Amino acid sequence: MKGDAQVPSTRITRAKEPSGQDYVRTPPGCPSPPDTDPRRLHGADRLVQNWLGAAWDWARRNFFNTWYNSILTVAILYLLYTSLRPALHWALTEARWEVIPANLQPLLIGTYPRSQGWRIWAIAHTLLLLSGLSAGAFGARVKRASAWTAVAAAFLFLLPLGPFSRSMIALGALLLTGGLWIGASRIRRRRWLFVAWFLSFPWTLFLMWGVRGSETLPRVETSWWGGLVLTLVLAVVGIAGSLPIGILLALGRRSDLPVISWCCTAFIEVVRGTPLVAVIFMAHLLVPVFLPDFRIDKVVRAMMGLTLFTSAYMAENVRGGLQSVPKGQYEAAYALGMNGTLTMLLVILPQALRSVIPSIIGQFISLFKDTSLVAIIGLLDLLGIARSVIANPAWLGLQVEVFLFAAFVYWSFSFTLSRSSRRIEQALGVGPKR
Amino acid sequence: MQTATDTIITCEDVHKWYGEFHVLKGISVEIKRGEKVVICGPSGSGKSTFIRTLNRLEEHQRGRIVVDGIELTSDLKNIEAIRRETGMVFQQFNLFPHLTVLQNVTLGPIWVRKMKRSDAEALAMSLLERVGIPDQAGKYPAQLSGGQQQRVAIARALAMQPKIMLFDEPTSALDPEMIKEVLDVMRELAHSGMTMLVVTHEMGFAREIADRILFFDQGQIVEEAPPDEFFDSPKQERTKLFLSQILHH
Repeated sequence: MKGDAQVPSTRITRAKEPSGQDYVRTPPGCPSPPDTDPRRLHGADRLVQNWLGAAWDWARRNFFNTWYNSILTVAILYLLYTSLRPALHWALTEARWEVIPANLQPLLIGTYPRSQGWRIWAIAHTLLLLSGLSAGAFGARVKRASAWTAVAAAFLFLLPLGPFSRSMIALGALLLTGGLWIGASRIRRRRWLFVAWFLSFPWTLFLMWGVRGSETLPRVETSWWGGLVLTLVLAVVGIAGSLPIGILLALGRRSDLPVISWCCTAFIEVVRGTPLVAVIFMAHLLVPVFLPDFRIDKVVRAMMGLTLFTSAYMAENVRGGLQSVPKGQYEAAYALGMNGTLTMLLVILPQALRSVIPSIIGQFISLFKDTSLVAIIGLLDLLGIARSVIANPAWLGLQVEVFLFAAFVYWSFSFTLSRSSRRIEQALGVGPKR
Repeated sequence: MQTATDTIITCEDVHKWYGEFHVLKGISVEIKRGEKVVICGPSGSGKSTFIRTLNRLEEHQRGRIVVDGIELTSDLKNIEAIRRETGMVFQQFNLFPHLTVLQNVTLGPIWVRKMKRSDAEALAMSLLERVGIPDQAGKYPAQLSGGQQQRVAIARALAMQPKIMLFDEPTSALDPEMIKEVLDVMRELAHSGMTMLVVTHEMGFAREIADRILFFDQGQIVEEAPPDEFFDSPKQERTKLFLSQILHH
């Protein structure tokens, strides 16, 4: 009727699906009626169709959204094709990759006696177990990490290695995964992990060095250490030593006592002005002069040079962090009655260090790669062994393969450090909020 | 000689210079135990500097300050003893951002008063309840509102069980809605008998809880009177000018 125009219709209308089919709401708990429309794809076809559709949409949005972007995309794809195709062709057909597995042992452990190789494995396993426990206890996603471990282990199994090495790799993967699971579920007091990591230092050095005159753990002098193991030992000692020394130098530079301040500043500026090559060489020559009564090992001298060099840079990083802590923090701590030392340890340094984690990790990455400079004092680290492999007449002309492998190893460790920097920042609550 | 019911802070002719600038010009005041003193005045008058000299966050060059029987000199032992007995609440809160609320409050008791962790945590929780935010104990300061942060700061100062509480413009950095919650806490604290020195612009609050109001201008105490006398019949011209400006906007 005409008068009813203003009254809203109370007739219930059914919502229509875009395909034209009526949508009938099923009560909860009942299975939905089977989709029997022959026009629609089902099962696996539908999955692939959805996937391709999503991929095409993504490509269109990111690479072809405007006409100039599309041209750029095509141009870049062409450039990549022309430059990578010969490289990939070479890598897959002409390169003689067998030089790597054939020399894997010297590359990894240098001239360490082969019969004592189990000690290196024992160290690796200890560290893998500790890493797993730490990662699990500090919130790693266990399933994801285990999957990646399995992938890495499978990748390593592809290399032509003997059964002993393979079983050691399997054991390592098992320990890492086991550590992850235990760390995530069972560890309550995380402090013990820090103690364990701290103790792993002397344990590692003890296992590597051995005991003079022992049968089970014979002494292996540091002149026999080489390869990746030497690189890692130098880097770890350098990192672990340079951070506390750097912090002390930074605090000393800011000190009110002029003598301490002047000495620290002088040290930092002199060391920062000297190239690392020169510092290592000078450590090699001068340490025996300063400490004539001791026979200081060549590796220890290299460690000293690396540590002192890095600690100067670390000091400047930490000083920047200290300057970024607002004065109010000092005042609040003093107002509570805390003395200078307590204030620094509990309030200022935690904040200062958190803010410079990216720089510190960057310094560590540089140090890791700079360990290759110990070649000038005759130590054979990963790069040194790589060059001696190339010099071997049996492997003549294979520089590219060997250096690519060395570069890949350096890159993997550096990348791991980079990624861990972000995880550390997240765990400590700094950096971009999730 | 300071006896139990007597003066707790004595300042005799205190002078302070920032380089050439004479910021405190002969401040002499005596504050009794349990007294609530509000300090007000225009900015730059030296009021914040004055209360910061009381716990040696600023150093006075001339004059004598005695807090709770301990003279304030360059001797570190004296300074730390005085700082244990005076709690301070800052305008910018100055909470420790890397620690949770509970850890902020227990830091002083554990490390300075050498309390056991369980005792310190019990004390901290009771103080957080007193200021009204026991449920925030596990959060970080950045997750709290300004009013909540300032209340945590008050709890943190109270955790040291001080004899004197110093407030340096505690509500000046807060949004108007949050000022009330902080003033409520301060009001409760005042009624519980704490000796309080408050630098503030909140005149309503001053009128309500102050036993005495000190008006600072250009480094000197221009007028000193109980609140009724101060607001209703100020003696000095500068006081009248200040009151007319601050009460009429």
